[in-house]
Amino acid sequence: MNAITMTVTVNGEPRELTVPTHETLIECLRERLGLLGAKKSCDVQVCGACTVLLDDRPVSACTVLAFEARGKTVRTIEGLACGDELHPIQAAFVEHGALQCGFCTPGMIMATVALLGENPSPSVDEVKHYMRGNVCRCTGYKRILDAILDASRRMAAAPAPA
Amino acid sequence: MLGEFDLVEPTSVAEASEVLARHGDAARIYAGGTELILAMKEGLIRYDYLVNVKTIPGLAGVRVNDDGTLRIGGATSHRALERDPLVRERFPVIARMESDVANVRVREVGTLGGNLCFAEPHADPGTLLMLFDATVRIERKGGARTIPLEQLFVGPFETCLEPDEVLTEIVVPPLPVHSGSAYLKFGFLERPSVGVGVAVTTDDGRVREARIAVGCVGPVPRRMREAEAALAGQTAAESRNTLAEAGRIAARASDAITDLHGSADYKEHLVGVLLRRAFEQALASSDGSGAP
Repeated sequence: MNAITMTVTVNGEPRELTVPTHETLIECLRERLGLLGAKKSCDVQVCGACTVLLDDRPVSACTVLAFEARGKTVRTIEGLACGDELHPIQAAFVEHGALQCGFCTPGMIMATVALLGENPSPSVDEVKHYMRGNVCRCTGYKRILDAILDASRRMAAAPAPA
Repeated sequence: MLGEFDLVEPTSVAEASEVLARHGDAARIYAGGTELILAMKEGLIRYDYLVNVKTIPGLAGVRVNDDGTLRIGGATSHRALERDPLVRERFPVIARMESDVANVRVREVGTLGGNLCFAEPHADPGTLLMLFDATVRIERKGGARTIPLEQLFVGPFETCLEPDEVLTEIVVPPLPVHSGSAYLKFGFLERPSVGVGVAVTTDDGRVREARIAVGCVGPVPRRMREAEAALAGQTAAESRNTLAEAGRIAARASDAITDLHGSADYKEHLVGVLLRRAFEQALASSDGSGAP
């Protein structure tokens, strides 16, 4: 078969999609669904700018095939804020100035969602290890690290919106 | 841009094997896709058919037999191995190695069987698993064989698998009691440039057995049996004096290649350095707990 019809829940909304088998998830999100948050950058799973969550696990949308989302949930940066209210991780990134050009930020934040989902109170070393595959060329990482640790404290104090 | 292909989703290994046999070079097994899809996007290879083995029930998963042997389904992800409680408890060196493969996104999707079968020389798992005398189970329609992992690798990106064969399981026997092990790697690119694994079994203050595997520097990962023999039977103190010589033997035997990762001389030097450090770590952890 060269196309697959599937049900996929994108940012909480069930969608019925027919995708060619060779369509990548980033093409599906950006070109089919108009979700432009995830960025295609290195295209070889190194930079993390295309990080989205597939059933809460971080994947490189540039290389994962769209049909792999069959029956699963996809979360992207567009699905995080609740109306005008930022997700605590987004708020922490803004307040710590953990971005400059912003190109890596959607991936950086989605990776953080995954990290804190499985390890709500990571150590500095655990954050560094987990985030190793998300590259930022502006900030020097210090502010990103601060934002992630702060987000972890905020979310522990007040359980986050799901 | 990824070219078009037909996706085939078999529900058994026999069915996968049949499809592979029918289409020959036009078909390839697709598991995690972390290496295959990259190469296809670059246009380096193309296939008319991808055979998704993740739809075959039972091909992913980890269990430990009563005798302590670890059995890993070919489609098990790196991340599953990194996080598996049994692997972490009984084979912590494997869990640690897995936690350091590429990045978390690759580990979530990439499979151990895929990693071994793609046979990219700059990889970690094959080198470490050789220390355990791991074997791989290979199945095709109407038959199966089990071979030492060492024999799987034929050359860069080349294994001994026939076109219709599927690697279904990796079988990892435990190290003998009083063993310790370590895997160390070095690299400054995305992939490791040098990987060295050492397992040491001690007996009354002596090195009863040393196992050494070197990967990344040459065309295929290898056990370094001549270097192992140089260390066997020595006291801990003697073995430390022999390490430099063992490192030179292993470096010579590693078939180091000059490439983007560095010159052959440089890699041979690093083999010696990592061998010494890994040996010290392995020796220090061979405290008789049986859990290297």
